Amino acid sequence: MRTTAALLCTVLMATAHAADHEEAARARALAEELRCLVCQNQTIADSHAPLAVDLRKQIDRQIADGKSDREIVSYMTDRYGEFIVYRPPFNATTFLLWCGPFLLLAFGALIAWRVVAGRRRAPAPLSDAERQRARRLLE
Amino acid sequence: MIRLRYAAPLAALVLLAFLLWRGLALDPREVPSPLVGKPAPAFTLPLLESGAGGKSFSPSDMRGKVWLLNVWASWCVACREEHPVLVELAKSGVVPIVGLNYKDEPEAARGWLARFGNPYMKSAVDADGKVGIDYGVYGVPETYLIDAEGVIRFKQIGPVTPRIVEERIRPLLPPAPPKGPTS
Amino acid sequence: MIPEIGQFALALALMIAVAQVALPLWGAQRGDAALIAFARPAAAAHFACVAIAFAALMASFVGNDFSVINVASNSNSKLPLAYRIAATWGSHEGSLLLWTLMLAGWTCAVAVLSGRLPAAVTARVIGVLGIVSVGFLLFMLFTSNPFDRTLPPLDGRDLNPLLQDPGMVAHPPLLYMGYVGFSVAFAFAVAALIDGRLDPAWARFARPWTVAAWAFLSVGIALGSFWAYYELGWGGWWFWDPVENASLMPWLAGTALIHSLAVTEKRRVFKSWTVVLAIVTFSLSLLGTFLVRSGVLTSVHAFATDPTRGVFILALLMVVSGGAFALYAWRANSLGPGGTFSSWSRETLLLANNVLLVTVTAAVIIGTLYPLAIDALGLGKISVGPPYFETVFLPLLAPAILLMGLAPVVAWKQAEGRPVARQAIIAAAAAAVLTAATLLAAGGGSVLTTVGLLLGWWAVSAVVAGVVTRLARAAAPDFAGRLRSLSASYCGMQLAHLGIAVLVLAVTMVKSYSTELDMEIRPGQSGTLSGRTFALEGFSEKTGPNYSAIVAHFAVTEANGRVRSLQAEKRRYFASEQTMTEAAIDRSLTRDLYISLGDPLGTDAGAAWSVRFQVKPFINWIWLAVLMMAAGGVLAVSDRRYRIAPRAARTSGGPSLSPAPSPPAALPAGEGAA
Repeated sequence: MRTTAALLCTVLMATAHAADHEEAARARALAEELRCLVCQNQTIADSHAPLAVDLRKQIDRQIADGKSDREIVSYMTDRYGEFIVYRPPFNATTFLLWCGPFLLLAFGALIAWRVVAGRRRAPAPLSDAERQRARRLLE
Repeated sequence: MIRLRYAAPLAALVLLAFLLWRGLALDPREVPSPLVGKPAPAFTLPLLESGAGGKSFSPSDMRGKVWLLNVWASWCVACREEHPVLVELAKSGVVPIVGLNYKDEPEAARGWLARFGNPYMKSAVDADGKVGIDYGVYGVPETYLIDAEGVIRFKQIGPVTPRIVEERIRPLLPPAPPKGPTS
Repeated sequence: MIPEIGQFALALALMIAVAQVALPLWGAQRGDAALIAFARPAAAAHFACVAIAFAALMASFVGNDFSVINVASNSNSKLPLAYRIAATWGSHEGSLLLWTLMLAGWTCAVAVLSGRLPAAVTARVIGVLGIVSVGFLLFMLFTSNPFDRTLPPLDGRDLNPLLQDPGMVAHPPLLYMGYVGFSVAFAFAVAALIDGRLDPAWARFARPWTVAAWAFLSVGIALGSFWAYYELGWGGWWFWDPVENASLMPWLAGTALIHSLAVTEKRRVFKSWTVVLAIVTFSLSLLGTFLVRSGVLTSVHAFATDPTRGVFILALLMVVSGGAFALYAWRANSLGPGGTFSSWSRETLLLANNVLLVTVTAAVIIGTLYPLAIDALGLGKISVGPPYFETVFLPLLAPAILLMGLAPVVAWKQAEGRPVARQAIIAAAAAAVLTAATLLAAGGGSVLTTVGLLLGWWAVSAVVAGVVTRLARAAAPDFAGRLRSLSASYCGMQLAHLGIAVLVLAVTMVKSYSTELDMEIRPGQSGTLSGRTFALEGFSEKTGPNYSAIVAHFAVTEANGRVRSLQAEKRRYFASEQTMTEAAIDRSLTRDLYISLGDPLGTDAGAAWSVRFQVKPFINWIWLAVLMMAAGGVLAVSDRRYRIAPRAARTSGGPSLSPAPSPPAALPAGEGAA
């Protein structure tokens, strides 16, 4: 009976510990996606600024409250705007941003294809007049 | 057609240069607030003034009036820059100013006001900065103009200057009531 | 007196530079030998003047001449000598002077080392380089004069503490050698356009200069990354910061350019494209200069952010790059027909390489400038950070790495299928085995990790397979003879590719297997991370030449019982009153132990401190890999072929760039010559 209880406790603690780890990992991942607005060139995860510390605490609190990642990010953007998120949203304004490189790649590949296809062909055969001219030059 | 292809890099450069030139006039560090045009977030905070007892302040207290919420702290160097402007503004009586004392020690804050003047009709104490986060505060001082319905109409990031008062704040204030015998 | 000499030397340099532009370009246009001959001495005199100006500024720093505004703002009498020297380029004005010095230096080098080039070509190249020099000299003399004077204060304001570091001594000069070095390829391209003939021999001459610049830039960027890693205190080594991107963009374009030049030189194809790329690469260098100094983007590295100076640099960019592109638009029509090649050939693979690399470059440009563009168009304010770059960069780079392993073993013009297939299969199999072994040893990994490892090991195996095959095929009696048969150019290429492969592997390992622990700790307490115990033993105080510091002493116990001592500091610099964190790093080839101090959680003496412990496996291989790449570049440049001229150029002496009718004897024959 006692062994079962002890086992149960260990499992619960291990789960809690694992959950803790998972929460900490989630908090860190979220904090790394957000910009510290004080220094502006660090993530909230890395910054020592008081605001960054406060926001990290907010993230921890909200994860503990059971909020989803999207809800936490919305919390931040509602108050600070899109600027605080390092991953730009995907909308009409940022379409060129996200799709631009791949569109360029497709465009480049198309041009490259045409160049290669063009080069494969041997030069056009000489016309009669050109052939006569070549013969005259070679003599 | 051939010419078009060869002129493409030049065209791209011109477009880029135009964008960069426009960019020179902008401040990349300024973070515009998404709260402009939205209702001011609600809160209830204790007052800074000693002897206030259990009294608190809430933005709903100011319904029906156009007012300024100024975020300040005694440790904030830039706040000292704008303080004389606020004191003048408060003296002129055109708009009431409420202070939000952000992440500060009450004693130090009271001492600071005693030393440099108190333009605030009241100051609310945001000790842990939670209300500041709700308002999107990231660098003190910041000032919000809130209208009679409780909607944020303007946010100033950084010290309030006389020019800001003239060009951005005054136009949003209601016209002063005509002077005459009160009815 | 010395600053006056410097000022005068700069003004003199400007006058010489104007002459360096006007006379040789006019002379080359008219075929006037006397005017053409002016180019080389002008370049030398220009360099001498700029060098004197630079020496004058450096002397002012070393001698603590605070009557010079630049010295007063960026130096201090207590600053150690090495940093007083480095402070010469620690400001906007000083670094511009460094830029100008490098430009004059590269121009002079072209003048000295181009004895085998037709004089008219050299004249045009020096003339074009002179145009850029004039731009920078004007910029300095009119808006950013390093020699402006003032009433001397009692002492200077001190160099930014972040810059008081050996990194500051080496990083800017190396970086600028790279940035500026791309101007040579640019000048060759523009000179060829002015000439009206896009003869592909220009690629042959420009290639070693470009590779050299690329090698310098690689080392410069790596040094910057290494410096940021230990200086900025949070263990990161690349932030996709706008200024970092500003150096990455010309590097990526430069890599594409090196490959494009190789194709143009050997196979006479892509002539027009290589010209565009040469102009683009240097334009990106100029764009980088603009971004760093104009204040349009926020950055840790940003210099004096002055929009009025920004306008000037923008104008310079328009004149230099716009002029070059306009010339291209006008002249690119006069192209000879290119050669032919089959679809399965090295040309095709290198074309694919160029498409990929240029797309990657464009992605970095788009990501860096998009926030600015959106703001400028009034569409709001967004951030584009690491999540974007990593999402876009990796899928574009992966095929490039695949090709990198493939291309050196595929022949020019038309490749036979079988030998290539055999080498590729062996390399792929080796990659799979090595990847599995790595994953096993590391105890698992994500999908991304597996992809990274596969790509890295594939590239390594391809290099090894390529070299072994080449050695095996060499017609030589003994092993030493076989080794000698490998040209420096070929070895350089493989070494550089190996460097990239190692970089991919190292980055994969660091990103996949780094661990960290944040905790609040008091003396006597400890935390565990990755089988190691990190203990805080206590604090002490220390005073440096211009700072005072609190030192935290840590003892790290490894899994095998070995104990290492590390010290992390929090420094307060006297003159500027700035506080800085010095991380504690224990380095080795297999891992770095990284400890950074946060802030004390209270003002009393027994308060706990927040600290972060990190274990970063194989991180030093990142910078070693870049050193390999640069070494490969240097090796390639040292190849004998660049020192033996085609016979025709020496005998004809005319203004054309036509290559010799028979290839020089020094070139190794056969397939796969790099």
